[in-house]
Amino acid sequence: MAADPRGEETSMAGWFDANLVSILNGFAIGSLLFILAVGLSIVFGMMDVLNLAHGAFFLVGSYLAVTFVAGESWGGFLTALGVAALIGLLAGGALSGMTEPLARRPILDQALLTLGISLIVAEALSIIYGNDVFSVPEPPGLAGSVDVAGSSYPTYRLMLIAVGLLLALVVWLVVEKTSLGALVRASVADREMVSALGIDNRKVKFAVLGVGSLLASVAGVLAAPVYGARPGLDKTILILALVVIVIGGLGSVRGALVGALVIGQVESLGRALFPEIASFILFGTLALVLIVRPRGLFAGKVAH
Amino acid sequence: MTVHADRPTEPSVAGATATHDAPPPSRRLGRSLPAVAVLVLLVLLAAVPLFLAPFEANTLSRILVFALFAVSLDLLVGITGLPSLGHAAYFGVGAYTAGLVSIHWTSEAPVPVLLAAVAGAVAAAATGWLAVRSGGVYFLMLTLAIGELVHQLAQSLSDVTGGSNGLFGIPSVRVGGEPLTLAGYVYWYILAVALLGFLGLWLVAHSPFGGVLRGIRDNEPRMRSLGYSPFRYKFVAFTIAGGFAGLAGGLLAGLVRIVNPSDTGFTTSALILLAVILGGAGTLWGPVLGAAVVVLVRDTFGPQLDGHGPLLLGVVFVVAVYVLPRGFAGLSGLFGRRQRFPGGPA
Repeated sequence: MAADPRGEETSMAGWFDANLVSILNGFAIGSLLFILAVGLSIVFGMMDVLNLAHGAFFLVGSYLAVTFVAGESWGGFLTALGVAALIGLLAGGALSGMTEPLARRPILDQALLTLGISLIVAEALSIIYGNDVFSVPEPPGLAGSVDVAGSSYPTYRLMLIAVGLLLALVVWLVVEKTSLGALVRASVADREMVSALGIDNRKVKFAVLGVGSLLASVAGVLAAPVYGARPGLDKTILILALVVIVIGGLGSVRGALVGALVIGQVESLGRALFPEIASFILFGTLALVLIVRPRGLFAGKVAH
Repeated sequence: MTVHADRPTEPSVAGATATHDAPPPSRRLGRSLPAVAVLVLLVLLAAVPLFLAPFEANTLSRILVFALFAVSLDLLVGITGLPSLGHAAYFGVGAYTAGLVSIHWTSEAPVPVLLAAVAGAVAAAATGWLAVRSGGVYFLMLTLAIGELVHQLAQSLSDVTGGSNGLFGIPSVRVGGEPLTLAGYVYWYILAVALLGFLGLWLVAHSPFGGVLRGIRDNEPRMRSLGYSPFRYKFVAFTIAGGFAGLAGGLLAGLVRIVNPSDTGFTTSALILLAVILGGAGTLWGPVLGAAVVVLVRDTFGPQLDGHGPLLLGVVFVVAVYVLPRGFAGLSGLFGRRQRFPGGPA
């Protein structure tokens, strides 16, 4: 463990206090990653669609925030959220149609298709917005900092943690307690049986891909005040989301949540404590989890 | 050959064998025709700098580098049935290794590329076991993650790699102490190394080892029940492919004399996978063709689009998935012989 640069204090509580901001950041990143990864995970787990354009949909949301949020205003922020939700829904629906002819082909073909789409989307964004790095202001009232256990912490990130946890709860309730969720779980377990019961698989696929992609673009808007928008962000985000669902286990909501929280902390604490080798720590975590559980922590019933 | 073609029995023999499931084409024709074609091609390739402008020789050099890179990936995608989305990691490791060796030690001809190959193989061995162990869609995701992590590492270790500016100031390749400065000599050097690389990969693919890899691609449970360890074979294939990717990366460092983090990244991995798929996985010659198309599209049409070459490549990706599911090699199937299905269940 790295020596505390500020003195002799190396007790657990002292370490916790010194790194409180990083830990909170880890939760904020984890919340965002959950919103992003749960869509990716359910889309794959349920519909067998590997969407490598997920990160590009996220970036669309970030640039929408750049476009609509001028100065601190709730109006702009909510408009960006609404437009992002609509575009995400449409993009997911389009993807659902485009992957239909590929259903019986190797998964690599879907990977190539969505790779191509992500290249097109990312390049279109850089044609429209250029290669600049944009920052996006927080909505009014969330711009400042609040005192958390003696450390000052940005309000907006606290809100992100809250939104992420709330969304996790909503998704969990929908998946576990509603008939729609029962359908999702049933499709994960046995798709043929579900379609044999007379449920149109294509409609379910359309809806699930739409919602999954909506979550990606909405996450992009929510992340904009933290990460801003810049070329290349789509890939960084996609990798993090993939690492999350590989750790958590494909198709598992619980796995996406635990994976997101773990990777959030690894990212935040890793970058704060060992900035030089943060990437290796991320990969090390991935390796460690997969050595112990080759199918992720909460492997679903997906037979892949 | 014309002597044989005159014989009346010859065509019927060829016709009879061609109706079998796995047809060895007419043996004499099958052996001598490719040999002559390869020989003619080699002479043409060697003669290129004599009648091409330096710029064109340079483009051809780059095609050769990416062709070697693509064929090394095809050992995984086409022969073993392991679609890697992070192969550029080992290409990049090789390029940085050759660059650093040239800057800090020697650029004397075989040293930087050989060390690049070793570094690529070591990096592939160190990271690949995890991806190979998982398999299936996990393999896609893990190789993608590995590639991107190597890319981030190249960017963050700026003391060693030059960060996002890239590693520059790589000296010219030297042969016998003399620096190769003319495009034609550099081309010959690259042609020689690339041909050795192709030969090495061809030998691997056509060895008994390569046969086991194909067996694993087509039916892994069967190979396991025959007593083979699929993991061990896939791991060795991954390491060999990483080594040849490293060799190609080493060639790139000597050719363009600058290494960018993007050479290790996702876009490069995707590009080279596109070359393999576009050309036709599992054929070894297909990826060479695919690499030529991809490099030409990127370097010829890309600049005309204000550097938005990836946009065009994205379109090529989407079109290729629908129109050319078996690549150019699949097209040749339209002219008679049936193609074996490349790639296993992923």
